Amino acid sequence: MPHDHDHPHSLLPSDPELRVKALESILVEKGLVDPDALAELIDTYEHKIGPKNGARVVAKAWSDPEYHARLMTDATAAIAELGFVGRQSEHVVAVENTPEQHNLVVCTLCSCYPWAILGIPPSWYKSDAYRARAVREPRAVLAEFGVELGADQAVRVWDSTAEVRYLVVPMRPEGSAGMSEDDLVELVSRNAMIGTALAGAVA
Amino acid sequence: MSTPEPEKAFEAPWHGQVFALTVALSEAGHFAWPEWAAVFSARLEADGQERELDGSEDYYVAWVAALEEMLVDKGIAEAGLMTQMKALWTEAFLSTPHGEAVKIGG
Repeated sequence: MPHDHDHPHSLLPSDPELRVKALESILVEKGLVDPDALAELIDTYEHKIGPKNGARVVAKAWSDPEYHARLMTDATAAIAELGFVGRQSEHVVAVENTPEQHNLVVCTLCSCYPWAILGIPPSWYKSDAYRARAVREPRAVLAEFGVELGADQAVRVWDSTAEVRYLVVPMRPEGSAGMSEDDLVELVSRNAMIGTALAGAVA
Repeated sequence: MSTPEPEKAFEAPWHGQVFALTVALSEAGHFAWPEWAAVFSARLEADGQERELDGSEDYYVAWVAALEEMLVDKGIAEAGLMTQMKALWTEAFLSTPHGEAVKIGG
């Protein structure tokens, strides 16, 4: 909005921003939400929860065969072992990339995502383009993300829901055999856990 | 689609605010998360009919509309009250000198 007059008032926020302020006032006034709890929630997702949590899960699965087995059997419980617990009591399923199959995660309906281990999804994950095309033409989408698949490597697309969310366990990079869990964490990007990237190469 | 993203959880503070309101209400038992996902995805689909959503600002605009709808459906807040409260905030922004904290309700 142009603002070239010289009234000294505050800049008027956008329409949705004013509507959010209105909702917050109403809900706080009714005692339905606590402003401190809201601030805490925002802080958690801005600063405390993010893809490093998921990377920790993957690095442990790469390093510890027993943990790997637990993750593949009951990912929700295995993730909770590391202290990462979902807020909506959602169920997480781990899907593992292999030379035969690459996994790609999408939410075609909205943007369901394993928040506790990946944080808030990036814009592209929420876009109409990704939500539609990941299912229709996953190989083309992967190519745009720079992921080259083997000719006989299948792609399996997993459509998340409010109840079931997926974590891709990428293939462990070659040359990472002697690496510590802490170093392995650095090789696991957010996109690798959605399936739109591979684990990083060993430097 | 695969442009490098700024690694910020929320691009604008109100995106985080509306997210937090929704999560807090759901955790307090006012609606289950799958219920929210159903209302929100219907809104995204409706908005997506009009134009292709890029998943940033337009995504949260849809989120706000869906939360308003949910609150009305659940009898938590009436649409009239939302309009009224938004008008109060608008007035407060227009009448508060720049640099001062904007408040409503004195």
